[in-house]
Amino acid sequence: MNAPVRVLLAKVGLDGHDRGLRVIARMLRDGGCEVVYAGLRQTPAMIAATVVQEDVDVVGISLHNGGHLTLVPDVIAALRSQGLDTPVVIGGIIPDRDLPALTEAGVVAVLGPGASEDEVLTAIRQAAQQSH
Amino acid sequence: MSDRAAFDAAYEAAPKRKSSFATMSGIELDPVYGPGEAELPGQYPYTRGIFPSMYRSKLWTMRQFAGFGSASDTNARFHQLLASGGTGLSTAFDMPTLLGRDSDDPFARGEVGKAGVAIDTVDDMATLFAGIDLRAVTTSMTINSPASVIMAMYLVVAEEQGTPRHLLGGTLQNDILKEYQAQKEYVFPPEPSVRLVTDLVAFTTREMPKWHPISISGYHIREAGSSAAQELAFTLANGFAYVEAAIAAGLDVDAFAPRLSFFFNAHIDFFEEIAKYRAARRIWARTLRDHYGATSEKSWQLKFHTQTAGVSLTAQQPEVNLARVAIEALAGVLGGTQSLHTDSYDEALALPTEKAARLALRTQQVIAEETGVANVADPLGGSWFVEALTDRLDAEAEAIFTHLRTLGGGDILPGVYAAIEEGWFQNEIADAAYRAQRAVASGEAIVVGVNGYTNGDDRSETDILYIDHAVETEQLERLAATKAARDDAAVQAALDAITEAAADPTANLMEPLITASRVRCTVGEQMQAMEKVFGTWIEPALP
Repeated sequence: MNAPVRVLLAKVGLDGHDRGLRVIARMLRDGGCEVVYAGLRQTPAMIAATVVQEDVDVVGISLHNGGHLTLVPDVIAALRSQGLDTPVVIGGIIPDRDLPALTEAGVVAVLGPGASEDEVLTAIRQAAQQSH
Repeated sequence: MSDRAAFDAAYEAAPKRKSSFATMSGIELDPVYGPGEAELPGQYPYTRGIFPSMYRSKLWTMRQFAGFGSASDTNARFHQLLASGGTGLSTAFDMPTLLGRDSDDPFARGEVGKAGVAIDTVDDMATLFAGIDLRAVTTSMTINSPASVIMAMYLVVAEEQGTPRHLLGGTLQNDILKEYQAQKEYVFPPEPSVRLVTDLVAFTTREMPKWHPISISGYHIREAGSSAAQELAFTLANGFAYVEAAIAAGLDVDAFAPRLSFFFNAHIDFFEEIAKYRAARRIWARTLRDHYGATSEKSWQLKFHTQTAGVSLTAQQPEVNLARVAIEALAGVLGGTQSLHTDSYDEALALPTEKAARLALRTQQVIAEETGVANVADPLGGSWFVEALTDRLDAEAEAIFTHLRTLGGGDILPGVYAAIEEGWFQNEIADAAYRAQRAVASGEAIVVGVNGYTNGDDRSETDILYIDHAVETEQLERLAATKAARDDAAVQAALDAITEAAADPTANLMEPLITASRVRCTVGEQMQAMEKVFGTWIEPALP
């Protein structure tokens, strides 16, 4: 029950802005999570394959390029096609008006700029509970 | 002639703006202040500025970065910025273009036209600059991995508009080294990428005397999380690396160094930023003269563009960002910048709306026209505090150069390659970013509206720019139309010539890229033609 939460962190698409993801990686490690850092330019299929290989509890995706409404549903579809119901949390520059569509697509939490460490850790832990 | 007499003569000879150069109460101001032995602007080592008359001759260029959606959307924003008194253009490309991929590449899905303008062929480039006389404006293009291809397309647009190459003025970012370190928009491995940069430097040195072929950029290093000292040191180290590469390619340092320019961040720590710009000028002058043997004063003079810190903007209470931007912009001006972009207050939420972009430009105009800060060069020179901070940043940067030269067996370029390969820059930057995050989390640093003074968050009432998905569909149609209309045999021949030139280390890739652009080869096709020889870069595993 007290096994650390395993989180896959990735960026999808072409965007290279990885400051947020690298800060989140350190934050989650300091908060007791195990981080699988996939990093830049991951495709939905690569993410799904890593989830299987690494047995992760939560997928964290960072986006700063405005492509979230296309790319995030693609990731969730890739996971589901592998029979995975791993919860997906996203972070980055996400306009409020896109939140309903992302929830509809199956995203469990959206962390915007300025989200506190507590908010991030809470969102990841709650997501992990959903996956068990 | 004494330094002072030389200064006075140069100041008198320089043209002046129409202004009284007096305070509001009518006190007439000197062009610069200081005791008899003080360093003077326009003189080595240029700590106080590169021109004796600084902004009395010419204000900085107000260069607002813009790009979104289709080429015609961005063209409309360009016309609006020029009509509002902007004096230079600056182009933001979308992510697929920045990575050398066409809009119909499967990897481009969802990102076409989102964070900048989509450019696939010369036809898009012609639309982007429609109705703009390319000899009357200077154009900055922020692109790196495919910089040579975009430059080639710009040259073809100018050619088709009837403007000869040698009259074109502008700047290409073309700073690939910081991509491996910070912004991560790399395609090829570092060494062939630096060859492409050097080819372009050789080409513009020969053919385009008004062009700046590299904008050596600390901006992205800082945005990725570095400290001011790291931004200063990594950026200048990259500058020295390009100088070494061009010298190794047989170019004369005084032929190309005057055309190198820099791009720094203006973050919120006001005095440290000003000290950073002052230290940068001094270090560049000293190193170009004493280490690389440059003898032309123009080679010693570090020119730079400044942009306020996007990363300092908050999504919470976004209008507070107007205050942050004004303070940061003022630091850039007091630091002697040659051009300035002020961020829009809504950029932590989305790309700027037209109104937000106009307010950002107006902020610069208030500084320029109302505050009087442009009357006197280096107004903070001689402040014990600012001088001490300048010396300290200079020393911190030198320690980093020593580390890189040690890694590189005496030279900076191999040291930079080695440090990229071992992830040294990347980890230094990520560690600094995490320290900054921890300071906010612990309350040691207060960010207004984020972890202090949080009541009154009105971000949901802020109008934001929304890029319609239709942009992607329309761009795909445009690309298909260009592809259908071109001569396939000419396209294939042009692409083969690129691959051949890439395989020959003595060839310059610019002419083959221009030929290919002329026959409507796409950005992606030209990049793939080079990739056959150069391969691709995969970042080392990072913790």
